Amino acid sequence: MTLTLSPPTATPEPQAPLQPQGWLRYFSFSVDHKVIGLQYLVCGFIFYFIGGALAGMIRTELWTPLSDFMPRETYNEVLTMHGTVMIFLWIVPVVNGAFGNYLIPFYVGARDMAFPRLNAVAFWLIPPAGLLLISSYFIGSASQSGWTAYPPLSLTTPATGQVIWILSVLLLGGSSIFGGINFIATILKLRRPGLKLLQLPMFCWALLGTSILVVLSTPVLAGTLVLLSFDIIAHTGFFNPALGGNAVVYQHLFWFYSHPAVYIMVLPAFGLVSEILPVHARKPLFGYITMVYSILAIVVLGLVVWAHHMFTSGTPPWMRLFFTIATSLIAVPTGIKFFNWLATLWGGKIALNTAMLFSCGFIVNFVFGGITGVALAQVPFDIHVHDTYFVVAHFHYIVYGGTVFVIFGSVYHWYPKFTGRMANETLGRLHFVLTFIGFNLCFAPQHWLGLNGMPRRVAEYDPQFTFINQLSSVGALLMAISTLPFLINMVYSAFAGEKAGDNPWRALTPEWLTSSPPPVENWKGPAPLVTHPYGYGEAPKPQTAVASST
Amino acid sequence: MTSSSVPSSISGSAESQAVSQALSQAVAVALPLVDSSHDAEAGHGDEEGHGDFRLFGLATFLVADGMTFAGFFAAYLTFRAVNPLAEGGNYELELALPTLNTILLLVSSLTFHRAARAIHQDRIDACRNWLLVTAALGFTFLGGQMVEYFSLPFGLTDNLFASTFYAITGFHGLHVTLGGLMILIIWWQSRRGGRVTRANLFPLEATELYWHFVDGIWVLLYGILYLL
Repeated sequence: MTLTLSPPTATPEPQAPLQPQGWLRYFSFSVDHKVIGLQYLVCGFIFYFIGGALAGMIRTELWTPLSDFMPRETYNEVLTMHGTVMIFLWIVPVVNGAFGNYLIPFYVGARDMAFPRLNAVAFWLIPPAGLLLISSYFIGSASQSGWTAYPPLSLTTPATGQVIWILSVLLLGGSSIFGGINFIATILKLRRPGLKLLQLPMFCWALLGTSILVVLSTPVLAGTLVLLSFDIIAHTGFFNPALGGNAVVYQHLFWFYSHPAVYIMVLPAFGLVSEILPVHARKPLFGYITMVYSILAIVVLGLVVWAHHMFTSGTPPWMRLFFTIATSLIAVPTGIKFFNWLATLWGGKIALNTAMLFSCGFIVNFVFGGITGVALAQVPFDIHVHDTYFVVAHFHYIVYGGTVFVIFGSVYHWYPKFTGRMANETLGRLHFVLTFIGFNLCFAPQHWLGLNGMPRRVAEYDPQFTFINQLSSVGALLMAISTLPFLINMVYSAFAGEKAGDNPWRALTPEWLTSSPPPVENWKGPAPLVTHPYGYGEAPKPQTAVASST
Repeated sequence: MTSSSVPSSISGSAESQAVSQALSQAVAVALPLVDSSHDAEAGHGDEEGHGDFRLFGLATFLVADGMTFAGFFAAYLTFRAVNPLAEGGNYELELALPTLNTILLLVSSLTFHRAARAIHQDRIDACRNWLLVTAALGFTFLGGQMVEYFSLPFGLTDNLFASTFYAITGFHGLHVTLGGLMILIIWWQSRRGGRVTRANLFPLEATELYWHFVDGIWVLLYGILYLL
C-alpha cells in the first residue's frame, strides 16, 4: 500500500484564519473542537452543581418522615428538575459533548470535527435550553411529573411548567442529534489517511455506538413529546385515557429513547475508562476486538430492551419474556468489558493516582449497579421493587457510581492536556475518598429501603425508615462536601499547578503527541499516524500489515 | 472490521493475488459508504483536502428524521390495534385525492431527477425549468392536502384516529413545505451568477436527497394511513 504522508515541510504558523479574535468572541463564536469541548464541560459542571443543590434539597426533605422542609408540590418540582438537569444538561452533554468533542478529532487524526459550525450550534442550544428549564420555577410552576413525564400525570399537573419542560427537552434532543451526526461523520469519514477503523482508540468505538443510539432513538422521544404537548395545549387525546387515548403507548415511545439513553450516558464512560486504564497500568488494553464487538452488541441489544421499564404497565406475558431475556443478555457484553478491564489491570505497573482511583471506583460501583440491573430485569423481582428506592439506588449506581466517577477520573486524567498543568494529587485523592464513601453511604442503604417498600418520588415516608434515610442524607452531605476539594483543585491548579509538559503520563494516544494545551488545529505539522494507541510495554511493531499466508 | 482484512489479504502469495485483488476491488466498491480512509489513501494524500461529507451528514440526519416518522407510525398502528374507536368513530377516508397526490409527489421526484441530470450536462436552463416544475408539483400536493383537510368530516380533537391522522400528515406537510421552499431557493440561486453551479452542486444534491426522502415517507404514509 502506498502511504502518502504529506511531507513535513514548514507549515505556516498561524493556521487559523477562522478563529475569532478577542476573548469574548473567541468563547462565543469559536468552532474549534477543543474550545467547544471545554465549553460543554464547564457548562455541564454548572448544571451539575445546580442539579446537586436540588439533590441536596431532596435529601434534606427526606431527613424527617414528614414534608416539613418544603411543600409536596415543590418537592415534586425539585425531583423533576433534579432528574432532568442531571440527565439532559450534565451527563449526556459532558460524556458525549465535552470529552467527545475534545478527543475524537485527535483520535481520528483530524484538525476539527466534520461539521465545526454544526458543532457550535449543538453546544449553543444547551445554555438557552437549560435557562428555559430553570426559568419555569420563576414564572408559575415547574414541571412536577418526574423526568419521565408520564401521562396522565403530566396532563393534570400545571401545564405551563410541563410545556416549558417539553420545549427544553426538545432543544436538548436537537443538540444531541446534531452532535451524534457530527461524531458519526467524523469517526467514519474524517479519519487520517492510513488509519483503519480497528486501530482507533476505544473511545471512538464507544462514541460511534453512542451516536448511532442517539440518531436512532432521540427523534422518537422528540416526536412523542410533540404529541404530549398537543395533548396539553390542543387537548387532543393521544395519551389521555379520558379521551380514548393510550398512556402506555407514551411509555413505550418514551422508553424507546430513554433506555438507550442509559447507554448514551454509559457507553462513552466505558470508552473513557478504556483510555485511562492502559495509560496508568502501563499495559495494552486487553481484548480490543472483543471490546469493539461488545460495544456493538450493547448498541443492538440496547434498542430492544425498553419495555423492562414497564413490567407493571400491563405488558402481556410474551413481552415480559422477551424483554427479560434481552435485558439479561446485555450482561454478557458488559461482563466481557469488565473482565477485559480487570485483565488490563492484572499484572500492570499501576499508578494509583486520582484518575486511576476514580476508574477503579467506577469498576466497583458499576459492577454493583450492573448486578442489581440484572436482578431488576427479572419480572417477579421487578414487580416487587418497581417504583421503590431500589430502582433509585440501582440507577444512581449506574449513572453516578458509573458515569460520574468516570467523568471525574477523565477530568483528572486530561487536566494536564486541557491546561498544561498538573492537578493537585492530594486534593484529588481527598476528593475521591469523600466521593466514594459519600456515594456508597448515600445509595447503598436505599437498596434496603426499596426492598422494604419505600416508594420513590414521595416527600413523606413511613417513620420506620427514618434512620436509613438519615444515613443516606449524611452520604449526600459528604458528596456535597467532596466537591469543595475538587473545585479548589481545579481553580488552584490552573494557575499554580506544577507545569505538566506535553505528555506527563507518557501516553501513546494521539492527543498526547502535541503540545499541552494543543494549538488550534491540533498539530503544528501533519497529524501523526497512531496505529497502536495501546502499545505499552511492547516492542514497537512495524506499521505495515502482517502477511497472512494461509 | 472489513477494513482491516483488506490490506492483510493483499500481501498474500502469488496465486491469491488475483483473488485478493478482485476481493479488494469488490470491497472498494462497497466500502466508501462507511470507510473513507481507502479512497483517501488512493486519491488525495493531502490530509487537509478531505472530501465533502455534507451529504453523508444529511443522510444521517434523514435517518433520524425517519425515526420520528417511525415513532408516529408505531403509535398509530398501536392505537389501531389496542384502542378500538367508539361507535361511529371510524371515518372512511376518500382515496381519490390522496392517490392523485401520491402520483404528483412521485412525478415530482422524477422531475427533480431530471433537473439534477440536466445540471450535470451543463444545461442550466433545463435544470431550472425542471426545478420549477418540481416545486409546482410539491405546492400542488400541499394544495391538495388543504382541500382534503377542509373536506374531511372530522377535526383534530374528535378522536384518537383524527388526532393521529392530522399529526402525521401535518408533520409530513411541514416537510413538503420546507422542501418546496428549498427548491425555490436553489432555483433562485442557480440563476446566472448564483451560487449553485456545476462546480457547487451540493445545495441541489442535498435538496434532491431530502425531496426523495419526503416522497418515500409519503408512500409509506399513504400505505399505512389510507390503504391499511
